[in-house]
Amino acid sequence: MTAIDFSTTIGNAWFPAPTFTASGCASSGRELAQFFPLREMGGVVTKSVMSRVRPGRPTPRMAETPSGMLNSIGLQGPGIDAFLAQDIPYLVEQKARVIVSIAGETVEEYSTLARKLRSVSGISAVEVNISCPNVENRGLVFACDPDASRRVIDGVRRTLGGELPIIAKLSPDVTDLVAIARGVVDAGADGLALINTVLGMVIDVNTMRPQLGGKTGGLSGPAIRPIAVRAVYQVHAALPKTPILGMGGIANGKDAFEMILAGASGVSIGTASFGNPTAIMSIQSELKQMLIDRGFKSLKDAVGYAHRVEEVSNE
Amino acid sequence: MGIYHQIIVNIGDLAQKCKPGNFVAIKVGGDNSALVLRRAFAISRVSTSSASGGTMELIVAPHGQGSTWLCNRVEGDLIDIVVPLGTAFGVPTEPVPVLLVGGGYGSAPLFGLAEVLNARGSKVDMILGASTSSNIYAPMEGKRAVNTMRIYTEDGSAGQTGRVTDHLYEQIKDLKVAVVYSCGPMSMLSAITTITKALDVVHQCSVEESMACGIGICMTCVLPVQGEDGSISMLRSCIDGPVMDGSLVSWKQVGKTL
Repeated sequence: MTAIDFSTTIGNAWFPAPTFTASGCASSGRELAQFFPLREMGGVVTKSVMSRVRPGRPTPRMAETPSGMLNSIGLQGPGIDAFLAQDIPYLVEQKARVIVSIAGETVEEYSTLARKLRSVSGISAVEVNISCPNVENRGLVFACDPDASRRVIDGVRRTLGGELPIIAKLSPDVTDLVAIARGVVDAGADGLALINTVLGMVIDVNTMRPQLGGKTGGLSGPAIRPIAVRAVYQVHAALPKTPILGMGGIANGKDAFEMILAGASGVSIGTASFGNPTAIMSIQSELKQMLIDRGFKSLKDAVGYAHRVEEVSNE
Repeated sequence: MGIYHQIIVNIGDLAQKCKPGNFVAIKVGGDNSALVLRRAFAISRVSTSSASGGTMELIVAPHGQGSTWLCNRVEGDLIDIVVPLGTAFGVPTEPVPVLLVGGGYGSAPLFGLAEVLNARGSKVDMILGASTSSNIYAPMEGKRAVNTMRIYTEDGSAGQTGRVTDHLYEQIKDLKVAVVYSCGPMSMLSAITTITKALDVVHQCSVEESMACGIGICMTCVLPVQGEDGSISMLRSCIDGPVMDGSLVSWKQVGKTL
């Protein structure tokens, strides 16, 4: 087998493979571990955790759409204390590399969560989810407001100190994504996670009401992949040194390669795991083979390769 | 059979791991399909000794795109499945009288359960209901394991006119039922629970909620369920169910914000 450096880095965190779960798509990790060892992927991005227990939104929480689905979970979770007591030790024991995703309702809540993570061992990075679409008040989606985004990341950076890398998870539902990305990087984010789901709605023509209990939901799956590729491409063009975790409808190795070419240093898999529990494993091996087949010596050489400028020959 | 298709899937040794109540998640639509999610079906019966090895039987109504695709498969086609999934019906250690209540295609897994209970010596009675006769699923061979079978349709096109719960209180008392097993629409499961609670009879129900993954990672198929400490939390019907203790489900809060 041809040797290739398949590793990737985000800030000071090193991962042997560029493949991750997408936050909110792997529950505690135990469920996927029935299908493959968690340590065989790049890392587990945990479900975004908040300070307290949160029951989430009412059912139905799911509506299938063409090449995708809407979800409306509303950040159901056990709260940070139970999460750190139950889920982190399990993931560490499995030798999984862990990126903890946090979500808050206020700038202070994000800092409180960051403080709890500071002394926890076994964490590679922190994802700051400022873009969950399933909150009652859309005004709380920090990632739609450049100033609010910046304040959240600034608070987390100050609380964490300089050790753990911060990955800001951004929403595509904005007019100027590059401006928001630039703002959070200036405020101390080491990397970016692009993209969160796209806000959507399905109306049931039988009941003649929105199908989801929460009315609106986040659209995911291959339906949003071109939006994600565009977002990664634009942000990489503006911030070429900032590592990006690309996500949005990646279902096979070709999709993952497309995201790497656009400028992602790694990819997260979400909806594809719902349809195929071993999707991450097959995406990983297909991506590796595609890189080898095209003569890349390392993953890093392929990151952003779609941006290259061809030399013009002078005849 | 009526509006239903019977599908037999050769699953080899996996059949030995499937218990009544478990379900299967099937990839539908073929490669490059716009249907990105698997479809969950209750396993109606398994056989470990058919001519072609282990098999499972599914009863499917071609309602949507996915189920229609599945019903259009022909003999010998390969399908991509994840099985067995979910909790199974609990079988009593003693051979006590049991009552199985099914609504629409919800009766399918009850026939496999009836065979298991009958083999253990339980007296098995069954009540089936649907809106109309063509929606009743009651195969001839399935009746062998059943002592009596009553049928209710809302339009009176088969059996008695009415719903399965109309005389359930009296039937549970008359048959000295120790455990009620049910599968069908959530409103039916909720109505049965009201009666079983009043009579202090165990109610094991197989719930149904919109589901994306079937393996516990998507958090969409949740139900409000009471825990040991009395608090209500949102449990996943795919891994904490589909078979749940009806008395612990907070039916009034299904579809509501906790």
